[in-house]
Amino acid sequence: MGFGPAIPGTPIFDGDAAIKGYALNKMCFSFNDKANREAFVADEAAYCERYGLSVAQKKAIASRNVLQLIAAGGNIYYLAKFAGIFGLNVQDIGAQQTGLSIEAFRAKLAQAGR
Amino acid sequence: MAQIIGGLTTSHVPSIGKAIAQGQQQDPYWKPFFDAFHPVHGWLARGRPDVAVVIYNDHGLNNFLDKMPTFAIGAADHYHNADEGWGIPVLKPFKGDPALSWHMIEHLVAHEFDITMCQEVQVDHAFTLPMALMYPGGRDWPIATVPVMINSVQHPLPTPRRCFKLGQEIGKAIASFPADKKIVLLGTGGLSHQLDGTRAGFINKEFDLWCMEKMRHDPEALAELSIHEIIENAGSQGVELLTWITMRAALQAAGQGEVREVHSTYHIPISNTGGAVMLFETSGRAQALAAE
Repeated sequence: MGFGPAIPGTPIFDGDAAIKGYALNKMCFSFNDKANREAFVADEAAYCERYGLSVAQKKAIASRNVLQLIAAGGNIYYLAKFAGIFGLNVQDIGAQQTGLSIEAFRAKLAQAGR
Repeated sequence: MAQIIGGLTTSHVPSIGKAIAQGQQQDPYWKPFFDAFHPVHGWLARGRPDVAVVIYNDHGLNNFLDKMPTFAIGAADHYHNADEGWGIPVLKPFKGDPALSWHMIEHLVAHEFDITMCQEVQVDHAFTLPMALMYPGGRDWPIATVPVMINSVQHPLPTPRRCFKLGQEIGKAIASFPADKKIVLLGTGGLSHQLDGTRAGFINKEFDLWCMEKMRHDPEALAELSIHEIIENAGSQGVELLTWITMRAALQAAGQGEVREVHSTYHIPISNTGGAVMLFETSGRAQALAAE
């Protein structure tokens, strides 16, 4: 059973990821609420501590690096709420993960339609 | 008895909400997608459905990993939208139809779909934006709703075959609802897109067009796919195709005549996504309109 062969460049949020990422995802889920986003911005370290993030998760949060956050068990739907704090949308985080400029990433998306 | 008059499938990317809020519907980037709803508006005005059964996937507004239902149905008087964390405007509350919700729940559990029953559901963009596309202008919603959620967050996800069967029972449930109401079905999400990983930005036009062709004439072919095949071909968030499969199976199983395509649009990109809209109606509905 299980998902099957890995698909390159494609994280699968399975049971292992759910266990690994639970604290991180729970914190990011809390960012649905404005008051929680503000509390995070006011004191990041204390907010991460309150949710019991691992050292790797704290480092990934501090780095704002989406691939590191996924490696630390983050799920993209909850991470998107973290990215929202900084006004980043899915194209910004797509560009970051693929190492492209935002313009190059958008051009790549447009190219798929041709 | 209730009558399913047709079904709509549409992409639901959050940036549609921003585009609406900023009045960008006629900007060159958005125009092809928003224009796809002109025929939908005319169709809704003629058919005047009473209830929308909205099959969608929550993105972490209502459901968290602490308890993740594979399939869930709302059975409330009202459903509220809420802040999702990244700044799209919160839309007005939606009316529910608890009698229809409970009828569907009774039917589904009797037919071995042990669905999660919800007295409160916060509906996210996957529910609200298709409604805003169908009924633009910010007026009060002229239609009641039943939310049906399919897990697309936590693997293992339900198989396409299981979703097809769920859709068949949803269609039969609605068709046996003893109230003189007209129902429209929605399946929201897709088509191909991937937000996470180094393959982020993956879009597959060829596969999307194949899916749309199967939606028209051979929806059971979509039930033959595996989750792995969908993700490989449509990206990790392309699994939202499950909502389309469920909707289409419901439309067919309702037994209200032939299912005919009224309109379809495919346009790349909207945000990171292959943007797609399909509208279907049943021949029973077409005959009823002709008789009016």
